[in-house]
Amino acid sequence: MTRFMALLCLVLAALPWRAQADSLRATGDLGVVVERASGALLIIDQSDHAAIGRVEGLGDLSHASVVFSPDERFAYVFGRDGGLSKVDLLTQSVAGRVLQSGNAIGGAISDDGRLVAVSNYEPGGVRVFDAGTLKMVADIPTGSKTIGLVDAPGRRFVFTLWDAGETWIADFSKGEAAVTPPKITRVQGIGRNPYDALITADGRRYIAGLFGEDGLTALDLWQQPPIPRRILAGYGRGEEPLPVYKMPHLEGWALAGERFVLPAVGRHEVLWIDSRSLEEVGRTRTHGQPVFAVARPDGQQVWVNFAHPLNDTVEVIDTPSGEVIHRLTPGPAVLHMEFTPRGHEVWVSVRDAGRIDIYDTHSFEKLGEVAAQNPSGIFFTARAHRTGL
Amino acid sequence: MHEAFPILLLCGLAAGPAAAAELPPGRAAELERLVLQDCGSCHGLTLKGGLGSDLRPENLAGKPLDVLTEIVLDGVPGTPMPPWRPLLSEAEARWIANYLLNGGAQ
Ligand code: HEC
Repeated sequence: MTRFMALLCLVLAALPWRAQADSLRATGDLGVVVERASGALLIIDQSDHAAIGRVEGLGDLSHASVVFSPDERFAYVFGRDGGLSKVDLLTQSVAGRVLQSGNAIGGAISDDGRLVAVSNYEPGGVRVFDAGTLKMVADIPTGSKTIGLVDAPGRRFVFTLWDAGETWIADFSKGEAAVTPPKITRVQGIGRNPYDALITADGRRYIAGLFGEDGLTALDLWQQPPIPRRILAGYGRGEEPLPVYKMPHLEGWALAGERFVLPAVGRHEVLWIDSRSLEEVGRTRTHGQPVFAVARPDGQQVWVNFAHPLNDTVEVIDTPSGEVIHRLTPGPAVLHMEFTPRGHEVWVSVRDAGRIDIYDTHSFEKLGEVAAQNPSGIFFTARAHRTGL
Repeated sequence: MHEAFPILLLCGLAAGPAAAAELPPGRAAELERLVLQDCGSCHGLTLKGGLGSDLRPENLAGKPLDVLTEIVLDGVPGTPMPPWRPLLSEAEARWIANYLLNGGAQ
């Protein structure tokens, strides 16, 4: 009994300490993993190679994406079911949640961190919320499935209409969002069925990939208004495209040296584009239809994952030579890859194995694993400080 | 009643157990996973729609099993719906179409 009391005292004495230690935690090496089927977010510690908590009750998280508040404390989670959740990484709890539409596809946070925008399939359009309270401050119906939503410098959001082939720029720089509606610039002639878009890390170029045409469309956001420019037109060279079992993603289309790299649609290739002329400068044959082609932060390597049924494999391409220099088979259904901010490690989600694998990007050695339930997207908090992420 | 019985039995065979019985053991569970995860990447994990259309039974009601099976096998040209023939047999596609019509996801 006395032993029991002593133990109890020990535990009680330890509690306030724990709370204090927690309140002093920094979030710079934290991240989150979307647990797709269970509607949860796993909070991970990058330095410790470990999960440190799980936040549940976030709804349908297939295709969910995440952005972070400027202080890297809050993660905003955009669920497929239209749920927008604000998760506190320190208290590991849901700090706010709204069901803002029936069917959403992604989101973004403004450069000043005050506005969170969500793009919706149904009803098509973009809704903008106060990042603090999650109160809606603007509703921008587009009458179309809306994709490729990103933040742009100058408190702007840019997004694209799948059905109408237009890109809209919503400028919130004038006044309070709740009072003054945004100034909308509509750019027509983007092309047939844009499926995703990205903004370059400098916030200047917005590039939409087209599903209904062989090519992409680039906008220079420094122009007023931007004039669409078709790039890589006919990159498929008229060949019949292969079936696309998963739409490629353009997010994270980082600069690799002087070149951009992106997944081709309907072919087993990645395409290299000169960052100044925006012309094709080469292509690399890959194992399957690429889904993500992400450059390591230094640009020297590009890691590529693939669509079903070749999705157990990851290829590493050397940027200078454009050659595949390494191939890994982490396991069934590799869905996402996230580099540490300086690129020394890459974290890979292997959905059907229920694992995150951690690799050294220089030696390709596997450094560790973290168990997760049906993991999909991995997001480190350093994204808070990058345009378009 | 007596006349209707064999017809009901036939329908039952065509739509339900027979379709399932054609699959090797364990395959049904794999197909269910494929529907939720891989079809779900376009149609939503709960199949209520995304880039692809709503595949819940109330939205598919009235569409013949054969037509849906064909869509799964051959896709819808000119849209992102891909042909699954390279990856699925006819029996598997029929199993999936049946699964969707019966709201297996719920
Ligand atoms: C790459 C995206 C994508 C994937 C993956 C996909 N679909 Fe589709 N699917 C679509 C789109 C888009 C449509 C709507 C086509 C149209 O506009 O008619 C569609 C339509 C359909 C339809 C017709 C619905 C109707 O109301 O007529 C069925 C059935 C269907 N899909 C089943 C499936 C099944 C089963 C799978 C998985 C084996 C699957 N789809 C995977 C994009 C996809």
